[in-house]
Amino acid sequence: MSTAIVLAGNPNSGKTTLFNELTGARQQVGNYPGVTVEKKQGTCPSDSGKLTIVDLPGTYSLTAYSLEEVVARDFLVNENPSMVVDIVDASNLERNLYLTVQFMEMGVPVTIALNMMDVAKKRGIEIDIEKLSKLLNVPVIPTVARSGKGKRELLETITSNVNDKVEPLKISYGRDIDTVLDEMEEIIRTSGFLTAKYRARWVAIKYLENDSQIIELGKKEDQKAALRLERMVEKLTRHLAATLDAHPEGMIADHRYGYVHSVLKQGVISYARDKNRLQLSDKIDKVVTNRFLGPVIMVAVIMGLYKFTFSYSEIPVGWFENFFGWIAGIADNALPEGLLKSLVISGVIDGVGGVLGFVPLIMFMFLGISFLEDSGYLARMAFMLDRVFRMFGLHGSSVMAFIVSGGIAGGCAVPGVMAARTLKSPKERLATLLTVPFMNCGAKLPVYALLVAAFFVENKARVMLLITMISWLGALLVAWLLRSTIIKGESTPFVMELPPYRMPTIKGILIHTWERTWQYMRKAGTVILGVSIVLWAMMTFPGLDKVQTQKFESQRSAITSSVPTQVLNEIKTLEDDKLSSRALEVKQSLARLDYSEAREGLKNSIAGRIGSGLEGITKFAGFDWRTNIALVGGFAAKEVVVSTLGTAYSLGEVDPDETGSLSDRLKTADGWGPLTAFSLIIFTIFYAPCFVTVVCIAKEAGSWKWAAFSVVFNTSLAFGLSVLFYQIGSIVLV
Amino acid sequence: MGKINLRQMDVNQTGIISRVKSKGELGRRIRDMGLIPGKKIKVQGRAPLKDPVSLRIMGFTLTLRNNEADLIEVEVQ
Repeated sequence: MSTAIVLAGNPNSGKTTLFNELTGARQQVGNYPGVTVEKKQGTCPSDSGKLTIVDLPGTYSLTAYSLEEVVARDFLVNENPSMVVDIVDASNLERNLYLTVQFMEMGVPVTIALNMMDVAKKRGIEIDIEKLSKLLNVPVIPTVARSGKGKRELLETITSNVNDKVEPLKISYGRDIDTVLDEMEEIIRTSGFLTAKYRARWVAIKYLENDSQIIELGKKEDQKAALRLERMVEKLTRHLAATLDAHPEGMIADHRYGYVHSVLKQGVISYARDKNRLQLSDKIDKVVTNRFLGPVIMVAVIMGLYKFTFSYSEIPVGWFENFFGWIAGIADNALPEGLLKSLVISGVIDGVGGVLGFVPLIMFMFLGISFLEDSGYLARMAFMLDRVFRMFGLHGSSVMAFIVSGGIAGGCAVPGVMAARTLKSPKERLATLLTVPFMNCGAKLPVYALLVAAFFVENKARVMLLITMISWLGALLVAWLLRSTIIKGESTPFVMELPPYRMPTIKGILIHTWERTWQYMRKAGTVILGVSIVLWAMMTFPGLDKVQTQKFESQRSAITSSVPTQVLNEIKTLEDDKLSSRALEVKQSLARLDYSEAREGLKNSIAGRIGSGLEGITKFAGFDWRTNIALVGGFAAKEVVVSTLGTAYSLGEVDPDETGSLSDRLKTADGWGPLTAFSLIIFTIFYAPCFVTVVCIAKEAGSWKWAAFSVVFNTSLAFGLSVLFYQIGSIVLV
Repeated sequence: MGKINLRQMDVNQTGIISRVKSKGELGRRIRDMGLIPGKKIKVQGRAPLKDPVSLRIMGFTLTLRNNEADLIEVEVQ
């Protein structure tokens, strides 16, 4: 068995950089069982064999405050790692050692990697490493993770200290607490309460800290002992409140910091300059978060990211499209006409192409976002926007997901949903995941373009602005609604670090981007392919029955038999512009016949039957069966609404980029008018996200329940709003 | 000199935390980040909409919402 080492430490301490440095590309990313917290694992060669390295989530503490902290703690208890390498930011020693002390209290073997020595030196911070190591009684190795400095020494120290028996650190929490703590420890030890996994004193401390996870476990283990411990904690709490106006968990934290402070005070750290002196980072912040300049710079950065993601990715997206077009061409020539061909081209190739078509988008977006995140700017954006987003139960960090999804029209909800990863607070994150699909992604734009061109051509710009405003307002209000009903709860505290600005490492950004992209391809890809085949089947089967096919066949032969063979040959061999007028006429009537057949086939398909069946209800929103089928097709991808409408109006498949003929047709079609058009626009903004997004929501929320919710809830909401608009509109306008 | 809430402090003003009134999860989080009695803080800036506030403590920068700042009592200098 190889030796398992874990990397732990504060966020922004350079933990991930060190992990990348140690493991290189030998990484695997997965999730901890049952939760959405990411688990990174890798291997690293060393003199004494291969080391397995696990990158624990970055935390500030080991309470049960966040999922990350619980995961980190559980891992240490359940997996018994041979060594915990605690990455400590040397330029921020005091707060980082607060976590170190908690590892030592757990009794796990610790080696400190004293990272960012270069930054500390620049700030005039001198650290007596030997003294720190002696006072804490753990090995301390100075490192600079970005350049790989200290990596060798760190590995040597790890391998020579692995599996050393360590005694847990005992800190004094003041006389009142210490007395009770000793008593509780004794009770826990003698009754074997939770001691199969945890150390007795640690359990006692967690009881005093009012730790929800441990108290819950205790109740299950031994109700009587648990009650006894809880009573002792209650008594002490009352006593402390009366005598010192304090409570145990507060005092424990104070004493932990006190312990760290006392260690540092013994000559471990000295400052050549004032430690709160303005650093470069602070000077940048004076400009970047300035009341007036701050928002201006932020808008510029957002526009920049947007442009970067969606313009530059166009080129590789084009390659993918051409490539799949080419494959489809080959299949078109190689396979005989019929169902198999249709399945291969419309189901499989379009499906795979659809999955991979998002890949460049996701890569570019994560390149941009990793850069903003690693540089520290993302935290500033959250800081500046928190006030606005908080009103709706969201978090300052939600902004990124909204923008990428199409907050500026033309984004994409797939990378948008994935961008919600930067949110650390679970409730705000879920509300963000569920509301970003309301933004106007690039695939909804052809639908708007079609309807605007047909009915609002004089007010084009104003209607597009209105659409953007409706989707933002809708998204924020729905977020607020969700946060005050089904995702109710206190907003997560905004107690957040603004890390110093740093130049991101290229290696870090590339690894991060690749991980995300690969995860998307592997996890979402398979599901998406399956769904796309199901959707193909819904729009294809059962097709026309023999009688009807016969009918179209006989009409076709009626046309061709009346025409001389010479004209038919002409149609087969020549381009459109070289045809004689007679041949052109015949060709067009044949095409019209094909389009009617396609229309009848679509109407008879499962999707068509659903569409016709729903006409009874959807007429209240102004939609007939054609619109319904188109909307069912839109579940595959929103631009499919346009091409399906084309088929339903017997125009053949309409290219979403050229909707002129279809909008002309709609202008004169029965049941269409500005009212119907805008009702459909409202429906398109709010109804079920395309299934690629739905799959991503399931993966990101960690449950298919939320994905199903987003389909059902969004569609009901969209329908409600459209009906409301259409009915009120009918009364007002008539 | 006097004790005021962190919310009432001006930008660039310094002080020593004298009391953290919050309990439970929020209180734990506030303390974990180093906001404990006896620590010196300096208000670094405020977001464009005056909330949240950013402050300097133990050599790093921390942000808090105003309603969280209300829970922290500071002896200003």
